[in-house]
Amino acid sequence: MIGWKDIPPGMVILEAGSASKIKTGSWRAAYRPKWIEENCIQCLLCWLFCPDNSVKVKDGKRGEFDYDYCKGCGICALECPGKKGNKAIVMEEEVK
Amino acid sequence: MTKVVAVTGNEAVANAFRQIEPDVCAAYPITPQTELMQRFAAFVSNGQVRTEMILVESEHSALSACVGAAAAGGRVATATSSQGLALMWEILFIASGLRLPIVMPVVNRALSAPINIHCDHSDAMGARDSGWIQLWSENAQEAYDNTIQAFRIAEDMNIRLPVMICYDGFIISHSIERIEYLDDDVVKNFVGEYKPLYPLLDVENPKSYGPLILTDLYHEVRKAHSEVYKKVPKVVIEVAKEFEKISGRKYELFENYRLDDAEIGIVILNSAAGTTKDLIDEYRDRGVKVGLLKPRLYRPFPYEEVGNALKNLKVLCVLDRADAFGGSFGPLYLDIAASLCNFSQKPILINRIYGLGGRDFMPEHAAEVIEELKDIAKTGKITKLKEYIGVRE
Repeated sequence: MIGWKDIPPGMVILEAGSASKIKTGSWRAAYRPKWIEENCIQCLLCWLFCPDNSVKVKDGKRGEFDYDYCKGCGICALECPGKKGNKAIVMEEEVK
Repeated sequence: MTKVVAVTGNEAVANAFRQIEPDVCAAYPITPQTELMQRFAAFVSNGQVRTEMILVESEHSALSACVGAAAAGGRVATATSSQGLALMWEILFIASGLRLPIVMPVVNRALSAPINIHCDHSDAMGARDSGWIQLWSENAQEAYDNTIQAFRIAEDMNIRLPVMICYDGFIISHSIERIEYLDDDVVKNFVGEYKPLYPLLDVENPKSYGPLILTDLYHEVRKAHSEVYKKVPKVVIEVAKEFEKISGRKYELFENYRLDDAEIGIVILNSAAGTTKDLIDEYRDRGVKVGLLKPRLYRPFPYEEVGNALKNLKVLCVLDRADAFGGSFGPLYLDIAASLCNFSQKPILINRIYGLGGRDFMPEHAAEVIEELKDIAKTGKITKLKEYIGVRE
């Protein structure tokens, strides 16, 4: 950790994207989201709605969850339209 | 060439704003500040300045808009009084904590309740520990001069802190005085082009303002913040020296008026200092060794310099135009007491509260204080440590 002499004026953070250093998923609510690929229509609403950075997208396609940034809020599962009534994201109980 | 005019204090400060032409000005009207921003808004409407004037729905919003505009990278100003400053309270700390060099005249007015529109210092005193630099002004000339200097002080790259310029509501804000205006180009050259530090609108270099800082770092951030204020007095003096070159008017951290050989001293802020100086001249003519100290840079308070200027007095009265309720002393008294407490030789101190809610401070009040100090110097006895003066029984 830095000492007071290295604090920038106004504690302005000059490094872009530095929030990725903070792994908000270090503790999580009782449930975690599970991605079911066969029900996914690649709408990317989960990526759009995720309050942090736990939905990974590569080449325009949805990838696996990065649980380092997931607090288990369930917004992705709620927003997921799924395919023919079957959700592509469901919340599962966190394994203790 | 300077131009001599007869204007109100508010008009003079509005003219300083016109000459400086801030990028953004967000304000909300409140007596007795209203006239200042009304006049400045007219400059905007008439196309005399290109300032973006934001008319908001409260002072909380006014200062919030200023914080945003300053973080974006603009030169920013606002103004307020009394309840307006009280409503800004939350954002005052954010502006200073983020090191945003916002300039804000505070036209001193009493706080409610009871509601009152006239002068005392309870508004600015309530904000004295919010991290804003405070420059206090005896008259309209000082308010004008301090406003121009405030931009340079606030924007100094070693400081980057917001500044309040305090002057007395109605007594100074609405009285017409003789003022010397500097030429527009002289003022513009003096304040110079605005150089932002970490502007948010520099999108090529993204940055974050106002992050959450918890137990692991907050203490260090506050220590770093506290250290910045040590650099302020030097900058205030440097800016004053440069200002003297363009104006011929000399400013220091405080005014020392006939204090060097004095035995009896008075410390007093703003317009009442003028009245007191007249009385000091009368007493000096009669051979009474009395002098006055009028703080100019009140925050950060130059404790060491003030203490050295006052330590050789026999008796000293600190006159506060604001009370501190809850059995404490006037805020100025507490600072003066702190500046003297570690000297082995120091004067006997008393605190007198005067002029609340615009009650006139008359020459006889200054005389009453000097007479009491003469008695204390003779007997060494204090009858009352803190008391109101000019109050009906």
